[in-house]
Amino acid sequence: MVTTHVTDVLIIGAGLAGERAAIEASSHGLNVTILSLVPPRRSHSTAAQGGMQASLGNCAMGRGDNPDIHFVDTVRGSDWGCDQDVARLFVETVPIAVRQMAYWGVPWSRVVAGKRTLPDGRVIEEEPEYEGLINARDFGGTAKWRTCYTADGTGHTLQYTMDSIVIKMGITVHDRMEAIALIHNGERCLGAVARCLRTGALTAYLARATVIATGGYGRLYGASTNAVINEGTGMSLALDTGMVPLGNMEAVQFHPTGLVPVWILITEGARGDGGYLLDKNEYRFMPDYEPKKKELASRDVVSRRMIQHMRKGFGVDSPYGPHLWLDIRHLGAKHINTNLREIANICRNFVGVDPVHQLIPVRPTQHYSMGGVRTNIDGKAYGLKGLFAVGEAACWDLHGFNRLGGNSLAETIVAGMIVGQKIAEYALGADLEFSSRLVEERIRRQEARLADLIYGRNGKENVYHLRREMEQTLMDYVGIFRNGKDLETAVARLQELHQRSRHIGLVSSGRGASPELTSALRLPGMIRLALCIAYGALQRTESRGSHAREDYPRRDDVNWLKRTLSYWPPDADLPELKYEPVKITELPPGDRGYGESSAQSGTGSNPQKA
Amino acid sequence: MPNRELTFKIFRYNPASHEVTPHLQTYRLNETEGMTLFVALNRIREEQDPSLMFDFVCRAAICGSCGMLINGRPGLACKTLTRTLPKQITLLPLPVFKLIGDLSVDTGTWFRHLSLKTEAWIHTDKEFDPTAREDRMDNATALKIYEAERCIECGCCIAGCATANIRQEFLGAAGLNRVARFMVDPRDLRSGRAFYEIVGNNDGAFGCIGLMACEDNCPAQLPLQQQLAFVRRRMAALGLKL
Ligand SMILES: Cc1cc2nc3c(=O)[nH]c(=O)nc-3n(C[C@H](O)[C@H](O)[C@H](O)COP(=O)(O)OP(=O)(O)OC[C@H]3O[C@@H](n4cnc5c(N)ncnc54)[C@H](O)[C@@H]3O)c2cc1C
Ligand code: SF4
Ligand code: SF4
Ligand code: FES
Repeated sequence: MVTTHVTDVLIIGAGLAGERAAIEASSHGLNVTILSLVPPRRSHSTAAQGGMQASLGNCAMGRGDNPDIHFVDTVRGSDWGCDQDVARLFVETVPIAVRQMAYWGVPWSRVVAGKRTLPDGRVIEEEPEYEGLINARDFGGTAKWRTCYTADGTGHTLQYTMDSIVIKMGITVHDRMEAIALIHNGERCLGAVARCLRTGALTAYLARATVIATGGYGRLYGASTNAVINEGTGMSLALDTGMVPLGNMEAVQFHPTGLVPVWILITEGARGDGGYLLDKNEYRFMPDYEPKKKELASRDVVSRRMIQHMRKGFGVDSPYGPHLWLDIRHLGAKHINTNLREIANICRNFVGVDPVHQLIPVRPTQHYSMGGVRTNIDGKAYGLKGLFAVGEAACWDLHGFNRLGGNSLAETIVAGMIVGQKIAEYALGADLEFSSRLVEERIRRQEARLADLIYGRNGKENVYHLRREMEQTLMDYVGIFRNGKDLETAVARLQELHQRSRHIGLVSSGRGASPELTSALRLPGMIRLALCIAYGALQRTESRGSHAREDYPRRDDVNWLKRTLSYWPPDADLPELKYEPVKITELPPGDRGYGESSAQSGTGSNPQKA
Repeated sequence: MPNRELTFKIFRYNPASHEVTPHLQTYRLNETEGMTLFVALNRIREEQDPSLMFDFVCRAAICGSCGMLINGRPGLACKTLTRTLPKQITLLPLPVFKLIGDLSVDTGTWFRHLSLKTEAWIHTDKEFDPTAREDRMDNATALKIYEAERCIECGCCIAGCATANIRQEFLGAAGLNRVARFMVDPRDLRSGRAFYEIVGNNDGAFGCIGLMACEDNCPAQLPLQQQLAFVRRRMAALGLKL
C-alpha cells in the first residue's frame, strides 16, 4: 500500500544545495524532509576537489579582491548570459557563506606567512598580518586568487560538515528514495511521489513547499565527469508538469581531458606543465590548429579541436569509442611523481596506465550543466507556486552560458542560504491544503506506469540500448562543436528515441528495487531533457560561452541576449521554446577577454567585512 | 594477459523477496583494456542480468559507495582493475552492514548512526557572526583535521574488523577516527570527559584488539593505527586524571 508522509518543506536532493536549504528552512522552526537517491555524503558535491570562490582577499595573490571584482569575473565568464542582480547578490553573500562553513567545521586551508616560489618562478610573500585566515588558490577566469579550498578535498569537507549540521538538527533524511513525479493541482506544487530504492514501494510526500536540488544532468552524455546518479531527474520532474520551464538547457560545459573509459577528470595542470596531445599516429596535432597556444588554448577551444581531429579519423579506436592521447612522459618520473602525483595515481588506479612510461587515453568530456529549472532571484520556479529549485539543478541564473570553476560549490551554498530563507517565508505563510482525490489520482498514475513496465504492456524496447543511443547522439551531434545540420540530425534521432522509449519492456521481473525498472522510469524524461538541449541549441543561431556554433561563430547580442525557456506541453514530441531577456544592471555586454583588465579595478583595500 | 575470459561468481540474494535463497551466480565476460569492476559489473547488468544490484556513485574512489568483498578482501570496486585479479573473481557484499540486495549494503544508515552516537559535529557555544572575519586557525591544525576527515565512509575497515563483526555497537576504526577528528579540532569545545564517555568503553577504544586489518583495508590509506593510538593515549591520560 502507498504510505503518505506529511512535512512542511520537502527537499528533493541531499547535495550541498539541498542540505543548505534544508538547514535554513529548519532553523525557522519548519519541519523538513530531505529525499536522496543515496546517503547525503555520497552526493556528487563530495567529488569536487578544486574549491569555492569567495573574495576574502587574504592571500598575497588575492590582495585587493572584493565582491565587485568577483562580480565582473562572473558576468564575463557567463558571456553576459547571467542575471546580474543574481550575480550581485551572490558575490556579496559568498564571503559570509565561506566563513559560516568554517564556523561549522570545514578545515579550510589557511594562510602561512613567508616567501614561496610558484611553479612559474614568481616569488610571492604572505604577510604575517594575514596568517591563519582562510587561504585561496588560483583558478581559471578569475582576476585574483579567490578559490578557497581544503587540500584536495573541498567538496568532501563541505558536504561532510553540512551533513553533520543536518544530523545535529535532527532533520529527517530518507535516502535511497527517488522522487518520480511532482504532485500539483495546476497552480500549486503539493509535494512528490517517490519510489523506495530499497523495496520498490511508493510514498506520497505532501508539503507546503517543495524544492528541487537534484544536481546536474551530466549523465545524459556518454562521457561525463559527473557521478553516475547525475541524470537530471529533478529537471525531468519539473518539465513533466508541462508548466515549469527549464532555462538555457543548451548551455553545457565540457572539459578537454576526461580519462577514458572512466571519464574521471585529469586536471589542466598536466597540460600546464607541458603535456602534449597526440593522435592515433602519435602525432602532436594541436600546433596545426592553434599554432600559438597549442595545448594551452582555452578549455573550449582545445575540446573543439580534439573533436574535430577525431572526426577526421585520427582518433584511437577503443572498445569505449575513439580517443586521443595525453603524453607527459617527457616530463620525467621525478616531476610526474611529485608535481603531478594526483594525476599519476588516478591513471594507475583507474586504467592501469603508468604515465611515466605510457600514454594517457583522454577525450573531451561533459562536465557541468548551466541549464536547469528556471527560477527567479528568490529561487521560486516559474509556473507553479510552492516549487523552488537550488544548485546545479536550477537556472537561478548565475552562470549564464559558462560557469567559472569554483563558482558552483559557492552557488550551492549561497543559493541554499538565500533560497532557504525564501522557502521558509513562503512555507510559514502557506497552508497545507490538498484534495485527497487529487493525491490518489497522482499516485494511481505512477502505479500504472510501474505496472505497465513490470507486466510488459508497453513493448519490448531495451532500456540500456535506448540509453546508449541517446548518449551517443548527444556526444556525436550536440557536443562541444555544434552546427545546424548535426543538431537537426540529433533532434530527429532523439525524437525517434523518445517514441521508442514509450515502448520499453523489462528483461528482469522488475520487482522490488529493480535497477532496470529504475532506469526504465527515468529514461523517457532524460530523452526529453536531451531534446531540450538539442532543440534549444538548434534554434540559438549564435556562439555564446560554451555554446559554440560552427555556422554562427560570433556572439549575437542584437538577437540573442536572452535566455531560452523550454516547456514540454502534454504529449508533445518537442519542447516549446520561449525566450526572456537577461537582466543587465551594471555591466553592459563587452569583450570577454579574461582577467587582465578586471585585475586593475581592484581597490587594494582589505575587504574585511564583506 | 589480454583476451582473458573472466568468470565472476557473484553473491545473489534479495531480502525483500524470499523466492530465492542466497547463492553464488556465475557470469562470464571478456576482459577489455583498462577494465575496472565498475565497467565489468555494469556490462554484466546491461548485457546479461538487469536484476543485479550493486552501488556506484562517483566511480572515482571519492564517495565510498562501492565497497565489497573482492576475492575475500574488502575494497572499492570502482578502483579495482580486473587485470590485478585472477581469472576467477568472487564478489560478496560487505559483512556487518545490512544487506539491501546482492552486492548492495546499507552503509549510509550505519554511518549516520555512528555520527549520532559520537555527536560528530562541532560543539560550541559561540554564535556565528556574519559581519565578522573568520577566526584564525593555524594551517598545520587545519591539515591535521583534514587528515582525519578524509574518511569516505566506505565501510571497508569495519567489514574487515574482527570486533565489528561480532559486536554490533563497536565504533570501529572509522568511528574512532571520526572521534579523533573532533578531538584535534580546536573549535570543538567538548571536554576530555565528554569524549571519554563516547570512546572510553568496549564499544570504543577498549574493544579494539589492535590487529590492524582496518588500516590494511582502508582504500583512502588513512593512518588508522596512528589515529587509534592517539585516541587511546588521550583516554589513558584522562584516566589518570579522573
Ligand atoms: C569532477 C568534478 C569536479 C568539480 N569540482 C568543482 C570545484 O572544484 N569547484 C566548484 O565550484 N564546482 C565543482 N564542480 C561542480 C560542483 O561539484 C557541482 O555543481 C555541485 O556540487 C552540485 O551540487 P548540488 O547540491 O546542486 O547537487 P549534487 O551534489 O549533485 O546533489 C544532488 C542530490 O540530489 C539527489 N537526487 C537526484 N535526483 C533525485 C531524485 N529524483 N529524488 C531524490 N533525490 C534525488 C542525489 O541523491 C543528491 O543527493 C565539479 C564537478 C565535477 C563533475
Ligand atoms: S585494529 Fe581494532 S579497529 Fe582495526 S580491525 Fe583490528 S579490532 Fe578492528
Ligand atoms: S577509515 Fe578508511 S576504510 Fe574505514 S570507512 Fe573510512 S575510508 Fe573506508
Ligand atoms: S563509486 Fe564512489 S568510491 Fe567507488
